[in-house]
Amino acid sequence: MKIIVPVKRVIDYNVKPRVKSDGTGVDLANVKMSMNPFDEIAVEEAIRLKEAGKAEEIVAVSVGPAKAQETLRTALAMGADRAILVETDAEVEPLAVAKILKAIVAEENPGLVILGKQAIDDDSNQTGQMLAALLGRPQGTFASKVEIDGDSVAVTREVDGGLETVKLAMPAIVTTDLRLNEPRYASLPNIMKAKKKPLDSKSPADYGVEIAPRLKTLKVSEPPVRQAGIKVPDVDALVAKLKEMGVA
Amino acid sequence: MKTLVWVEHDNASLKDATLATVTAAAKLGEVHLLVAGSGCRAVAEAAAQIAGVGKVHLADNAAYEHGLAENIAPLIADLMADHDAFLAPATTTGKNVAPRVAALLDVMQVSDILSVEGEKTFTRPIYAGNAIATVESTDAKLVITVRGTAFGKADATGGSAAIEDVAGPGDAGLSSFVGAELAKSERPELTSAKIIVSGGRALKDAATFEEYIMPLADKLGAGVGASRAAVDAGYVPNDYQVGQTGKIVAPEVYIAVGISGAIQHLAGMKDSKTIIAINKDEDAPIFQVADIGLVADLFKAVPELTEKL
Repeated sequence: MKIIVPVKRVIDYNVKPRVKSDGTGVDLANVKMSMNPFDEIAVEEAIRLKEAGKAEEIVAVSVGPAKAQETLRTALAMGADRAILVETDAEVEPLAVAKILKAIVAEENPGLVILGKQAIDDDSNQTGQMLAALLGRPQGTFASKVEIDGDSVAVTREVDGGLETVKLAMPAIVTTDLRLNEPRYASLPNIMKAKKKPLDSKSPADYGVEIAPRLKTLKVSEPPVRQAGIKVPDVDALVAKLKEMGVA
Repeated sequence: MKTLVWVEHDNASLKDATLATVTAAAKLGEVHLLVAGSGCRAVAEAAAQIAGVGKVHLADNAAYEHGLAENIAPLIADLMADHDAFLAPATTTGKNVAPRVAALLDVMQVSDILSVEGEKTFTRPIYAGNAIATVESTDAKLVITVRGTAFGKADATGGSAAIEDVAGPGDAGLSSFVGAELAKSERPELTSAKIIVSGGRALKDAATFEEYIMPLADKLGAGVGASRAAVDAGYVPNDYQVGQTGKIVAPEVYIAVGISGAIQHLAGMKDSKTIIAINKDEDAPIFQVADIGLVADLFKAVPELTEKL
């Protein structure tokens, strides 16, 4: 079985985003970029399935600028076998990404597509579900456990009330939540080896997908800022404050 | 504009998240509701009472019992032939189903809206709420998820909408429900609690979390939340998590105990009316958003607070 893992290059998890003063977006110049954390979990899950003998090949895919190659090399260093970069400098919305992935799935015929549940830049949480819809295949979103059993996969999902398990006919789409696994760090020898692994370059046009955005961003602004309040010296003062507020 | 709103429910009762979504939908136009489930007529009857609702579509079929997106999305896509916008609360159910509907309609979804600025213009948080984008859809139809804390709740009574049965395509044969482990708690649900007591990594382990956080929460009649660090460390289950990728809450009072205040956590609670922080590190970022801060060792301060309330 083959697994496709789409990955996105995003602002690093630890960087505090700054809104550009002209209100056109978030300033990404000279900001550290990394693989979307949920996608790292997706790569890790695919590697574990391969290590467990459930999968033979892992193909990492990214839709984005030339520099997304670095993100794909990270996936290759972690353990993916080859990569496809669908290169474009445009911002590509989840719907268009899902259409590109659909075309790649048609070529590659994977048993699973595992991807992050959301990217930490646009926080859309859509691509996996959209891909599943376009393919007419089942989806196991917000996964905290993935178990393959023959031609189906059981996915335990993190839902608002706790956990839920669904059984999906394969091929299936899985999106990862935080507690699915802890991604490994790539070792230096593996980083060196990853440089030699195959990386194909494509364009959205190669897949016949129109990527013009459907949503127009009119403005990006700072959220309302919360002012720091007061500090109280001890518990008694805190109790007094709570009583003033009618809480206690 | 004619809107269709997803009613969140457990086949027995309607969930509060629905009411905020109705408020958002009412800003766009006429509000129709969809109750999809199994043996859920009581939910449809409750939904028909919501103020301002024009019609309730009831799809009662075993295939819809567990909200499987593979079965539900085609049903919604069919109903969208007669509606201009589909709105679902940004709960795990809404987030699972809505994008599947959007793709079937070839629509780019607007996720997690904070406000309705015009017929097709909305604000939404990006970068964990560190920026707010104003976006305008150019699609013929709209698919939207709604952040519950950003909209007031519609009145649960006062309406008298007609209930109309719809058949829908039924079981797509792609997926099945195996089981669920749902937390049973006497405490208020996080997303509707008036007061929340949340614990962080500083609580040390599951036993101390229980020993220090729960009595304080019980004294205040509060819901209990946690930071991602506390959930990852296994102190409490995943459904306690407040943050960018957990639950978004905005209670009257949020008490953060032993939580440093990572960006991801603040994204989930910074719209709380009053934030109270107890942390022994006076430089912890949580104090930059807290209305009332107490620099103290939580293992001393929390029991004292619980006792004195």
